[in-house]
Amino acid sequence: MMRASDDRLTIYERSRPGRRAFVAPLLDVPERALDELLPPELRRSEAPRLPEVAEPEIVRHYNRLSRRNFDLDTGFYPLGSCTMKYNPKLHERVAGLPGHARLHPLQDPSRAQGALELMWKLQQSLGEIAGLPHVSLQPSAGSHGELAGVLLTRAYHEDHGDRRTKVLTPDNAHGTNPATVTMAGYEVVKVGTDERGNVDLDDLRAKATEDVACLMLTNPSTVGLFEQGIEEIERIVHGVGATLYYDGANLNAIMGICRPGDMGFDIVHFNLHKSFTQPHGGGGPGAGPIAVAERIEPYLPRPQVIVREGTNGSGPRYDLDYDRPKSIGRLRGFQGNYGVFVRSYAYIRSLGAAGLREVSEVAVLNANYLLARLQREGVAEYLPAAYDRICKHEFVLSGTPMKRALGIKTLDLAKRLLDFGVHPPTVYFPLIVDEALLIEPTETETKETLDRFADIVAEILREAAEDPELARNAPYATPVRRLDEAQAARHPVVRQAM
Amino acid sequence: MTSYISATEAERREMLAAIGVGSIDDLFADIPAQLRLGRALALDAGLSEQEVYDELRALAARNVSAEDEVSFLGAGMYDSYVPALVDSIISRSEFLTPYTPYQPEISQGGLQAMFEYQTAISELTGLPVSNASVYEGPSAVAAAGYVAKLENGRRRFIVARGVHPHARETLATLAKGYGMETEEAPLRDGRTELAPLDDSVSAIILQQPNFLGVVEDVAPLAAAAREAGALTICSCDPIPLALLKPPGECGVDVAVGEGQTLGNRLDFGGPSFGFFAVTQSLLRRIPGRIAGETTDVEGRRGFVLTLQTREQHIRRERATSNICTSQALNALAGVIYLSWLGRRGLVELAELMLQRTAYARERLAAVEGVELLVDQPVVREFAVRLGAPVESVIARCREEGINPGYPLGRDYPELDDCLLVAITERRTRADIDRLADALAAAVATERERLAVRA
Repeated sequence: MMRASDDRLTIYERSRPGRRAFVAPLLDVPERALDELLPPELRRSEAPRLPEVAEPEIVRHYNRLSRRNFDLDTGFYPLGSCTMKYNPKLHERVAGLPGHARLHPLQDPSRAQGALELMWKLQQSLGEIAGLPHVSLQPSAGSHGELAGVLLTRAYHEDHGDRRTKVLTPDNAHGTNPATVTMAGYEVVKVGTDERGNVDLDDLRAKATEDVACLMLTNPSTVGLFEQGIEEIERIVHGVGATLYYDGANLNAIMGICRPGDMGFDIVHFNLHKSFTQPHGGGGPGAGPIAVAERIEPYLPRPQVIVREGTNGSGPRYDLDYDRPKSIGRLRGFQGNYGVFVRSYAYIRSLGAAGLREVSEVAVLNANYLLARLQREGVAEYLPAAYDRICKHEFVLSGTPMKRALGIKTLDLAKRLLDFGVHPPTVYFPLIVDEALLIEPTETETKETLDRFADIVAEILREAAEDPELARNAPYATPVRRLDEAQAARHPVVRQAM
Repeated sequence: MTSYISATEAERREMLAAIGVGSIDDLFADIPAQLRLGRALALDAGLSEQEVYDELRALAARNVSAEDEVSFLGAGMYDSYVPALVDSIISRSEFLTPYTPYQPEISQGGLQAMFEYQTAISELTGLPVSNASVYEGPSAVAAAGYVAKLENGRRRFIVARGVHPHARETLATLAKGYGMETEEAPLRDGRTELAPLDDSVSAIILQQPNFLGVVEDVAPLAAAAREAGALTICSCDPIPLALLKPPGECGVDVAVGEGQTLGNRLDFGGPSFGFFAVTQSLLRRIPGRIAGETTDVEGRRGFVLTLQTREQHIRRERATSNICTSQALNALAGVIYLSWLGRRGLVELAELMLQRTAYARERLAAVEGVELLVDQPVVREFAVRLGAPVESVIARCREEGINPGYPLGRDYPELDDCLLVAITERRTRADIDRLADALAAAVATERERLAVRA
């Protein structure tokens, strides 16, 4: 076992035989012999080797670990495509109310009316924001929503006696798009991007054939630009009978301004952990509801939340509808990540229509302002914008001139940013821009924060001109420095040795 | 102006000037006019914080939670106690608000916690490799099916009828996408009965204990699968694994399960987490994030996301899964909870459930008009057959403040006179006695009612 300084010990290395935190409730029933209840041949010979640690040390251990994380409540997190906006504290309080938090998922619908009403109202709100009438909250994350969307597409085509084999994705798509296509049993066909950052319409026309089931598109795209040819794209895709799928990762740019449904999209997924403030939790939980057009509705996952108008003056009754013969079926257990729904519903109620529109306006304002601040002398010559256009909520810079002129890569810039106490942007994505930095400030950041970030980038470039080694060896101020990822992959150590 | 946005009117004007445009609308000039909404969204106006709180509280009050009744409802999620230290730790901003740890130098806390979590799951399952979590139990089963398909390319799954109905349905949904067939293996006397397997079977899929609460004898079933060149996937309830022979020792290749009872709330079904553990030979097939130990340039211990070439952001259409955001915070709650239980506590908790369940089984079996469905070993859940209509009996018990369990007929038409009863550590002997009395009264009343009608 590797020796580690005290602040790097694992909880297992803090274990001492005989220590404990848990005290069992009283055994208040007559005790029976274990052999009588569970035959020895079904039992394990040794208990799982969980740590033996008293409560104060468990708390101290995890609190210390927490201090080795950078987090959104502490600093700027302009991670492109991830919409790292402020997560309101109210949401944690309301999600923790026992009526929500201790509600069993199989409680009879008549005794879960508050939860079902909340889900129904969230569905209605998301449907209005997307411009599509029918919503399923079931998918657990964005890529799960994508999978739902492609399975819905399959069900739709098969129900119309139509067997198709391919799904189109732009070459700048999130990796989840092509991975989803494969999992749903389709072949991926890539569509190119033109020099203005739009879908290459000629390439799309050439590839949109009668065996294409769907085009998956992010709009604004992953380069942060509104698709100029969206109306023509819609005509081409629907012209060959394919569905048009909207990856909602970038919805934060357009809420209340324009709607995927009005652009002709048939299926949309939302990332409630992006635009709708569910905290990311270091990698989840999230939720990826989908909204669909009328013709896709029969295939939505089971069960669906429905409402029945009350009779004789009683209020509406909410219920779960399982009787959906054309449904693709379930995508997961129970009804979805309800705790996430509570937070997102609270957010929509706090902001209302005007507030949501303001979110997108300021998200786009902040992005364009930061872009303008970065396109100044001393920065622009090293980190030019990949596309010289008004951006939406995020934008892409290319580090290629920086690499050539200063000898530092995008990765080095990202690592040096850590020393200045900001989270780096998304790097090396999208793949179509060399040495890419994808920067998304979000609406909840102040002008001072944006100014400071631009100044930090300029400062890093200035110091790199003098001494590129500084960035190449960064970071210095973090709990650990650059880690050997190749070693980790070559000789995987994925659990504590005992 | 919303309370979450800082930009003042003056600042907005200044920023627009720096951009070189005249108005916010100019920033959206690239959206074709005919596609712009041109009206406000049809949503209610925004509310103050206290008004939102009051509305969410009113909605909560219209639910009957495990706080409001004595509940014996289980069937995949359980009213287990979440210790205070879990809430305290996972509500820290440093765990609550970061993204997936793509920058390991500033994510050591989350990455080390994943590594510790993986170790705990490996210990529970007796398998060497765990990922950092998937969505939840049923979709973990479906994801395990995809691993089997990638591993051996065969076309059929044999799914035990004792696997959670939601897991069976989720698997069927996803399997249709990737072109696999699913067939059921029946239950005989409450346990899985496996017909001879041929070389078209990719995997058999089991649950331990099964949906009826019965402890399966997994080892011979896994041996039969291995004989036929198929994988064995087993969905496990984690707390009973304190006592039961671990899947790794039974010949299981992929052990998955619902992690909710490990420090997570009921939350009307989510978020929780799915755990996922495999044999060494499936290391490079496993979906999702994996934390691995390594060193930094100064030789200090550190953790990174490893084996990322399996994943969608690198491998794209050839990835082993499309999963990206999963359930990191819920898995963190899981490892804190397991550390709180500790080595002995885990066993004590499981034994407490075992003893109280045995007591409950005895008490209910003694009620007139109630009998055990099968006489097989159980740990924390069991099925009884009622000599009266199940839904009506449940309704009568509820009037006494008791939720007696789950009507099995909803998923198993052949068991439409059966009730599934779950015991957690929160259900005391007094609660169980109340259940027995309420059930006795309800069954008797329903029987009388039927007799009168006849």
